[in-house]
Amino acid sequence: MSKNNGEYLIIRNDNKYEVIIGLEVHAQVLSESKLFSTSSTKFGSEPNTQVSLVDAAFPGMLPVINEHCIKQAVKTGIGLKAKINKRSIFDRKNYFYADLPQGYQISQYKNPIVGEGSVTLDMPNGEKNIGIERLHLEQDAGKSIHDIDPQNTLVDLNRSGVALMEIVSKPDLRTLDEVNAYIKKLRSIMRYLGTCDGNMQEGSLRADVNVSVRKKGDKKLGTRCEIKNVNSIKFMQMAIDFEANRQVDVIEEGGSIDQETRLFDTKKNETRSMRSKEDAHDYRYFPDPDLLPLELNDNYIDQIKKDIPELPDEKKKRFIEKFKLSPYEANILVSDIEISKYFEEVSKNSDVKLATNWITGELFALLNEKNIEITESPISSKNLSKLINLIKDGTISGKIAKSVFEIMRDGDKDPITIVEEKGLKQQSDPKELENLINKVITENPKNVEAYKSGKDKLFGFFVGQVMKNSNGKANPKLVNEILKKKLN
Amino acid sequence: MTIDLKTVKHISKLSRISIDDNKAKKLGKDLNSIFSFIEKLNELDTKNTEPLTSIAETTLKLRKDEIKSENIREDILKNSPDKNKDFFVVPKVVE
Amino acid sequence: MMSNITDLKLVELVDKIKKKELSSTEVTIAFIERSKKSKKLNAYISENYENAIKKAKIFDQKPDFKKKLPGIPIAVKDLFCTKNIRTTAGSKILENFVPTYESTVTQNILDEGGIVIGKLNCDEFAMGSSNETSYFGNVQNPVSENLVPGGSSGGSSSALAAKLTPATIGTDTGGSIRQPASFTGTVGLKPTYGSCSRYGIVAFASSLDQAGPMTHDVKDCSLMFEIMSTYDTKDSTSVDFKRENYLTNLNENIKGKKIGIPKEYRVDGMPKEIDELWEKGIKIIKENGGQIIEISLPNTNYALPTYYIVAPAEASSNLARYDGVKYGFRSKGENLIDMYEKTRSEGFGDEVKRRIMIGTYVLSSGYYDAYYLKAQKVRRLIKNDFDEAYKKVDAILTPSTPSSAFKIGEKLNDPVSMYLNDIFTVPINLAGLPAISIPAGHDKKGYPLGLQVIGKAFDEQSILNIAFALEKNISFKNNITDWWIK
Repeated sequence: MSKNNGEYLIIRNDNKYEVIIGLEVHAQVLSESKLFSTSSTKFGSEPNTQVSLVDAAFPGMLPVINEHCIKQAVKTGIGLKAKINKRSIFDRKNYFYADLPQGYQISQYKNPIVGEGSVTLDMPNGEKNIGIERLHLEQDAGKSIHDIDPQNTLVDLNRSGVALMEIVSKPDLRTLDEVNAYIKKLRSIMRYLGTCDGNMQEGSLRADVNVSVRKKGDKKLGTRCEIKNVNSIKFMQMAIDFEANRQVDVIEEGGSIDQETRLFDTKKNETRSMRSKEDAHDYRYFPDPDLLPLELNDNYIDQIKKDIPELPDEKKKRFIEKFKLSPYEANILVSDIEISKYFEEVSKNSDVKLATNWITGELFALLNEKNIEITESPISSKNLSKLINLIKDGTISGKIAKSVFEIMRDGDKDPITIVEEKGLKQQSDPKELENLINKVITENPKNVEAYKSGKDKLFGFFVGQVMKNSNGKANPKLVNEILKKKLN
Repeated sequence: MTIDLKTVKHISKLSRISIDDNKAKKLGKDLNSIFSFIEKLNELDTKNTEPLTSIAETTLKLRKDEIKSENIREDILKNSPDKNKDFFVVPKVVE
Repeated sequence: MMSNITDLKLVELVDKIKKKELSSTEVTIAFIERSKKSKKLNAYISENYENAIKKAKIFDQKPDFKKKLPGIPIAVKDLFCTKNIRTTAGSKILENFVPTYESTVTQNILDEGGIVIGKLNCDEFAMGSSNETSYFGNVQNPVSENLVPGGSSGGSSSALAAKLTPATIGTDTGGSIRQPASFTGTVGLKPTYGSCSRYGIVAFASSLDQAGPMTHDVKDCSLMFEIMSTYDTKDSTSVDFKRENYLTNLNENIKGKKIGIPKEYRVDGMPKEIDELWEKGIKIIKENGGQIIEISLPNTNYALPTYYIVAPAEASSNLARYDGVKYGFRSKGENLIDMYEKTRSEGFGDEVKRRIMIGTYVLSSGYYDAYYLKAQKVRRLIKNDFDEAYKKVDAILTPSTPSSAFKIGEKLNDPVSMYLNDIFTVPINLAGLPAISIPAGHDKKGYPLGLQVIGKAFDEQSILNIAFALEKNISFKNNITDWWIK
């Protein structure tokens, strides 16, 4: 395998294979109630406590569509720069499984609510557009629990009927990094729009991966396999890598790839064919006769367009222009809507450069350490702002600020208060500093001699002594200036 | 269009209805007679006709996003063949 | 006198209760007693007698005469989910199913003071035209022993004709109200699609099913329809249109009404009596100032094949939920698939399995275009035929069935010959239009025959009126003796 110039190639016997990847992302719609029923969509409740008669498919029950979910799908489509289809149809996808109470899933087959669009990825070697094939609405299934009862499977229908947006990409992805960037970008866009919270641990964002390989230079696409059951980006990348290599091996040995669905085994790090291959699913799609075609007019779509907030790509442009950030910095700060909000609040009241460095540096380190989101940050944007202002106006040094930060992380205390209480104000009075410096010079005549005769490195010693004698409070910048004058 | 035994068995599998060979043979016969009756539709040229998917003379009614169902777990599980009070219970799928 | 009470029709009973000439308890007990004596008909699957009498007594203590069915006992087809009363759909797979909810239509009846006395037999999952596919056994037509009552609402038509209930409700997907009405000499209305809510009705074919009243006469039918038809937000196919006071507006004046006679309904080999009946109806229309116009519904002969693609396709999907997981019958299985296969094989009867297979096949990969899509296109042609016709006429008159009731067991071996029973009723379901069957005469065996009046969408008032006029002039008498009563 070779990863040159951001390329992802698999090499066997002098043959170079490129990997063609497409993703089908399932994003749970943020809504109060389910797509076709009035039950709650809240995560983590006691089993079967958010199940209505409609969700459990009792005789005579009928679907009634949730208007908000339609809006969320249209919003997401706009965020994906996609065509909104004014007429779409809900179809039944028929198959049997314990967590599918109706014996069919209400989905959209040939006439989805959203058509073609695209997503822009910021990759190290430039921007790349990934095509979106379509987005459609469908019901989520319930949960089958296999490991509580050894003989049986337990079924919880809380999730049955929750609205999902299935976003299908074109097979434009080529590397594992692109897969990572694509998922993160999709997630970011939906979080900006408030249409999905993108929480992969809770399952509100899942993906199936389609992988095929072909000799570099070939125009025709190879046969693809679908990998299901990967619930983290890391596993997705591992699964793709294993599968691509497997397919290359098969081809190199003269075989051909069977189009099939495979599962990723996280323990063995390999993909396996799903047993139901002989029982190939024939979903027998047909328009759901309990529903009517969905018709949207221009007015409806325009109203939604008006409510679209500034999206990551535009925000990035604005940050670069307005705040003079580098593309790299801007990328990080717009990658998540909460981060961008935090940043804008902080830079409203304090220096942008410092804000950028402190957020992407100290604050991110803190959040990573505690494994929390910025919305749970122990330090508020208000107080971080104040801290930055204390540095900017010279009250404290950058080094002192770091120790104030450490204190703030335990309860979001006002940094001004901390500085006062601990007497951390920087010593910036030139007269005082002169005294301190004179003392050090007087107490170390031998080193002064050594420095004056060429040992430049000793400069640091003098600075260090001044800092030590001042308990770190001496203004380092001024100390440097004054010391220089005195020694030269 | 003749429906052979293999097809009958395939359709039974899709519909999750088990069927022995004897019954399958009889069913095949019935289906064949029904299908020759249905095939009458081939007499019509419908190339330029739009399919009628919905007969209801109305537009799709949209519901407000409100939670209107409460926890009715007891009712939901009341008719379940198993006595478990929290879950539906089914035999395991063969993986 | 008990026997006289059950001879009274619905509107009369309502009147007598409102005038306090009869109490709900008297009326309810009268119908229950007669029902108890009529077990030979096998019209009931579930009895709710004790509860019903309790409810009747409660009603009498504090009667509300503003209700449209004040304390009136009614038995309903076992396809309507009734809260806390077993609902089986005529199937083993729901043999012990007790709903915790009420269908909208039966709720409407309860809200108007009605009391449910029991659930009536029907073909399994409404699939059948003779009530011979029910897991709970055949139903006898009170007209004569060993005669089918029609189907799928066979228990309903039988119970009604035998006066075990003053009125009843059924469902009609391809003729399941109108054909049994014709076979038993009673009135049956299939309303416009979207007129009555399907919420809580065990679904057979979603784009065809419609609940409707089955009564002794057109007045009763109008009253029941008023109560049953409401706009329901729980059913996305329910239509919000202006619903009239169908009973108060009932009017036999049909002067100037244009009635179409479709030539394609004159089928080869149709019994002479049916043709004569049709002519009788035509004559009455003319004599009462209506205008008879010959029309053509060119795609009539394609209606049955279309129906036998669309209905099974939808049914195959609607019946997928009967899998033994959440409710209903479950057979022991070694694993999930085995459980499904055994449950559905043992739980469903032969006709249901046949239709599920047809439905699965016509939707399956490779066949969808040739069958299902084709059928949907032909459906549009059929609907267009009616739309064209209604540019020239206000309503259409046809026979209800191609024959009178046949003997139990007579048509069981040939599914296609069974299907042909619905030849006059099926096109109406495909077009979503309203149609009413009224008893119009007897064949030479003395068995009842019906005439069907088909109307424009949501114009039930017109067909009720025309039916009312026909009824008045025909003066049909059902010659039913109480042969089954011990």
